[in-house]
Amino acid sequence: MALVLTEEQSMLRDSARGLISDKAPVAHLRGLRDAKDTTGFSRELWTTFAEMGFSGLLVPDQFGGSGLGCVEAGIVMEEIGRTLMPSPFLATSVLAASALSRGGSEAQKAQHLPKIADGSLLAALAIDEGAKHRPLQTKLQATRAGNGFKLSGDKAFVVDGHTADLLIVAARSAGSAGDKNGLTLFLVDPKAKGLAVERTAMVDSHNAARIVFDNVEVNADGVLGEVDQGFGLLEGVLNIGRGAVASEMVGLSDEVFGRTVTYLKERKQFGKAIGEFQALQHRAAQLYIDIEITRAAVLKALQALDTDAEKAATAVAVAKARAGTTATLAVQEGVQMHGGMGMTDQFDIGFFMKRARVCQELFGDSNFHTDQLASGKGY
Amino acid sequence: MADLEKFRAETRAWLEQNCPAEMRKPMTSDGDTFWGGRNAKFSSDAQRVWFERMRDKGWTVPHWPKEYGGGGLDGEEAKILRQEMAAIGARQPLTSFGISMLGPALLKYGTEEQKREHLPKITAGLIRWCQGYSEPNAGSDLASLQTRAVGDGDDYIINGQKIWTSYANYADWIFCLVRTDPAAKKHDGISFILFDMTSKGVSTKPILLISGYSPFCETFFDNVRVPKSHVVGTVNRGWDVAKYLLQHERAMISGMGERGVGRPLGQIAADSVGADAQGRLDDAQLRSQIANFEVDEAALAAAAERAVDLAKAGQSHPAFSSAMKYYGTELNKRRYEILMSAGGIDALEWESDRSRGGARPRAWLRTKANSIEGGTSEVMLGIVAKRILDLPGA
Ligand SMILES: Cc1cc2nc3c(=O)[nH]c(=O)nc-3n(C[C@H](O)[C@H](O)[C@H](O)COP(=O)(O)OP(=O)(O)OC[C@H]3O[C@@H](n4cnc5c(N)ncnc54)[C@H](O)[C@@H]3O)c2cc1C
Ligand SMILES: Cc1cc2nc3c(=O)[nH]c(=O)nc-3n(C[C@H](O)[C@H](O)[C@H](O)COP(=O)(O)OP(=O)(O)OC[C@H]3O[C@@H](n4cnc5c(N)ncnc54)[C@H](O)[C@@H]3O)c2cc1C
Repeated sequence: MALVLTEEQSMLRDSARGLISDKAPVAHLRGLRDAKDTTGFSRELWTTFAEMGFSGLLVPDQFGGSGLGCVEAGIVMEEIGRTLMPSPFLATSVLAASALSRGGSEAQKAQHLPKIADGSLLAALAIDEGAKHRPLQTKLQATRAGNGFKLSGDKAFVVDGHTADLLIVAARSAGSAGDKNGLTLFLVDPKAKGLAVERTAMVDSHNAARIVFDNVEVNADGVLGEVDQGFGLLEGVLNIGRGAVASEMVGLSDEVFGRTVTYLKERKQFGKAIGEFQALQHRAAQLYIDIEITRAAVLKALQALDTDAEKAATAVAVAKARAGTTATLAVQEGVQMHGGMGMTDQFDIGFFMKRARVCQELFGDSNFHTDQLASGKGY
Repeated sequence: MADLEKFRAETRAWLEQNCPAEMRKPMTSDGDTFWGGRNAKFSSDAQRVWFERMRDKGWTVPHWPKEYGGGGLDGEEAKILRQEMAAIGARQPLTSFGISMLGPALLKYGTEEQKREHLPKITAGLIRWCQGYSEPNAGSDLASLQTRAVGDGDDYIINGQKIWTSYANYADWIFCLVRTDPAAKKHDGISFILFDMTSKGVSTKPILLISGYSPFCETFFDNVRVPKSHVVGTVNRGWDVAKYLLQHERAMISGMGERGVGRPLGQIAADSVGADAQGRLDDAQLRSQIANFEVDEAALAAAAERAVDLAKAGQSHPAFSSAMKYYGTELNKRRYEILMSAGGIDALEWESDRSRGGARPRAWLRTKANSIEGGTSEVMLGIVAKRILDLPGA
């Protein structure tokens, strides 16, 4: 497959860019932050996303979606990264839609997927428990009770957990922390008894929640996929999420880079544009090269996910590891090359630095994915 | 040697008796730093007691002469005091730009009258200073500054704007670079002048930082009248004073890289990342990043100690502080990248009590200014290339 966008994909990018840059420039995020908006995103914009077919991008045709793939989801994420738009797209349209269409029963799909596609259902994936992303270490306990289960434990960093109408929860139904066997995914109603959601104000002004489960009852039909065998499904969904976040980081990096190059041409010191100093020229050139290499690795991973998701793990690890280090470099260079201006809140660059930090942590940082690669290759 | 050992024993005993337990704990917030000044407030009784005892001993600035309120310690004694304070984790009783920046410049370039007027108020924490160097169009190219001082009898009338003036809204006085001869070449028409921030025509406007705090300001001068006697050094030779002061500022900022206090990074990381039975961090890469950092941190500490000793021996290169500033600040940024990585998800919270109001991410963001304030890393490298390496065209 050629590592360039097809004509349809380019059109998708143009329409996503048009909408997002018009309706949700960085000022949109800034406004939500300053207003201490408790939703943290614009529901009106989400409706527009649904009308344009973005929310159901990964939902199969028969359930009202457009049945597109990870490359297309990545295209939208990259545009989201450019303006840091807070949007349910990642949690609902990428993670939840993938989990349901890959692991759901016909009944579960029929119940939820059309609502994801038409924008009426928001969902969230609850994985992390400790400070670092370690899905295998899942401890949240699922104990059999009656014809279903009871869930007890804590989840953190649940993206969009504060607005979700449906939670997909990774829990341990057998074995102990660290075991691949014994993980089960559950569909849980956030209004269920014993469940407490706390929105966490994050450094990047995006949305996440901590969720406490205290003997939350789930029926047997709330199991997504197979009991005790949920890890494969979870890894597959996480890999799609990782590819999507890597795309967001490419967009973010590219935008910071573009703004910085513009500044190098505008800002004058010592009677010339600072971009005339070779010390900065070379670093800008290095950053350009770094971003281009990461861009290719990310597209490669997204294509791999669309071709054969089972074999995509290494490509995804490469993409997420690279995207993390590239975005970190891009925002650091962005701030540094703006001098004092880069340190001010009034200037947008800081928002990119904050979001890059969160994306780095989301679904495994560069260290995690470098380690995944090594383990995957058997060393 | 015997005298020094005696000094060490006495110092240790005195600190043991006089430093309150609370003042031996690592600082956790900005309020833990005491800056002095007309409007100074102590955040605790222990902070006040500690400051007063050290002030009375002359140890707010141990190495300045006694007649200016300093401790009159020589280099060896000052080093012993530093070591003994570090050994019990004693906090600095007083922090100020008067101590780290203006004082050294006044000691070298000030008149006797200026020294007697200003230095004791610095050591006693009575006056808080700010630094009026940078302007919107004079950052790295500081010498292109445009704030004007025009003579009017015994006074200057000052007009112009400064930017990034740290704590200008809290400061009592400013040391300021102004252009006194616009016709001269840019380095030759600058003067270094002192004035009261409550003078008519001075105003400040805080700037919000990406950390969510407002530690610096835009500072405006509208026909501010300042006596000519407030110029430090020779009129139109202020650049010499400015550069000398910057060497001290840079030495101070570079010290950020070698803050070997508090819990070791590896332990902090183990709290959140986890460790195996042998105590090895559960993240092999993070472990080696921390270990590499600590290698560099220890080496930097040695270099900082050596820099002081070389200076005393008269063997240091005047531009070496730029090398230290570059390395120290880049290292401090690395420390906070590691802390963010170690803290993971917990270090991303911005307001919760659990995160002490997002203390860690806010401190992390603040470090990004280290390689900008006091001259950027690029400018430091340029100085090393030019002044130490003597490279052509640099
Ligand atoms: C193995 C090898 C193969 C080569 N093959 C070819 C070839 O096929 N075709 C061809 O045309 N040439 C070739 N060259 C020559 C090569 O292009 C030159 O060596 C190179 O351009 C450096 O020029 P110089 O040797 O005159 O060094 P100088 O120009 O004197 O440079 C010395 C050092 O200064 C650096 N430098 C020079 N100018 C700048 C600047 N403006 N900014 C920053 N740093 C600078 C250089 O990178 C170098 O490290 C080859 C060289 C080597 C070593
Ligand atoms: C937190 C903070 C506190 C500060 N406190 C004070 C204070 O109290 N008083 C005060 O006077 N100032 C203060 N400053 C200002 C600081 O000294 C300036 O920000 C700094 O000198 C850089 O100037 P600038 O911001 O105009 O950046 P610019 O000079 O515009 O620099 C932009 C970029 O260009 C690069 N660049 C510029 N020239 C060259 C060159 N020749 N070669 C290579 N690269 C180059 C810079 O390194 C930087 O990356 C503070 C700054 C910060 C961030």
